[in-house]
Amino acid sequence: MLTLPAELAACPLLWPGVTLAAYAIGTTIQHRLRGLALANPVLIAILLVGALLKATSTPYAVYFAGALPIHLLLGPATVALAVPLVAALPLLRRSLSGVALALVAGAALSVASGLLLVKALGGSSSLALSMAPKSVTTPIAMALAQNLGGLSSVAASLAIAGGILVAIAAKPILALCRVRDWRAHGLAAGTAGSGVGAAHAIRLHQTAGAFAGLAVGLNGLVTAVLVGPIARLCGF
Amino acid sequence: MLKALLLLIAAQLTGTALQSAAHLALPGPVIGLFLLALALAARPAWRSPGLDQVSGGLLRHMGLLFVPAGVGLIDHLDLLRAETLPLLGGLVGSTLLSLVATALILEWHGRLRVRLPGGPHAHVAR
Repeated sequence: MLTLPAELAACPLLWPGVTLAAYAIGTTIQHRLRGLALANPVLIAILLVGALLKATSTPYAVYFAGALPIHLLLGPATVALAVPLVAALPLLRRSLSGVALALVAGAALSVASGLLLVKALGGSSSLALSMAPKSVTTPIAMALAQNLGGLSSVAASLAIAGGILVAIAAKPILALCRVRDWRAHGLAAGTAGSGVGAAHAIRLHQTAGAFAGLAVGLNGLVTAVLVGPIARLCGF
Repeated sequence: MLKALLLLIAAQLTGTALQSAAHLALPGPVIGLFLLALALAARPAWRSPGLDQVSGGLLRHMGLLFVPAGVGLIDHLDLLRAETLPLLGGLVGSTLLSLVATALILEWHGRLRVRLPGGPHAHVAR
């Protein structure tokens, strides 16, 4: 059990600094392990900060309020995905029908398989309905889960956990499936893993990042439309 | 760089204003993404080196920006203990199915058109 000195706990730079340090440790570990996907910096940072909060009995709400300056940059970073997207516009024009087809299929499959897998494995319907919209960007996932009768905070956590999974698994699994087109890699990472998936794609390749950003935006729309009807079809 | 940061923030705020005025389902920053893309396509002069620098910096470290929200996972550890199998099975299964299906459909679609002029050769990973 650790107690933070009062002056330190009251310093507004504490939690942004801790977050930055935890992420820097994560990137160093991944670099030392030669880019091992499992050593994902977001996952390592979450585990480190989570352990520190537990050790110091700091409530999550206190940490989040403190780390708000970092969280606030997420908005401008999302907008910044427009820059690689515009660079990829000529490519997008050539693959418009494929992008539409892949995106709608991926979104529908994510919702339906999430609902049915949770149900088949004996989960509660509250968990299933929180799982259904988890592949879209967190604010949309939270609103959709709420409307369906799930829990918005669980949906938010599942959305981020799914994104981390994509960041870890996308490269090896897509290589196994012989996916070599960066557009396909990016669109899939953004559709299945929303923001964290896009953050992964943009580090791999500019075109992958562009298509991931596009997928995050469009999947929000597609899933918002599809999630209700699919839930009814699946018996919820 | 200052102007570029202002452009990003202005796009987000415009997106948020549009969202609340028109009751749109998309969050403000995502609407801002599409607004900025439209603006940059219409006004190529706005694509300054400063914008490349600012957006590149934000995007390179986008993972960091998800950490404060991601730490919220620790509030759901009891749910993970109570519903371990459906939670992990549903999360892993649906995420990977969606990932593979989306990628394969676009990859196959691209291969069907690979012989067309201007095919996607240049953007294939070796």
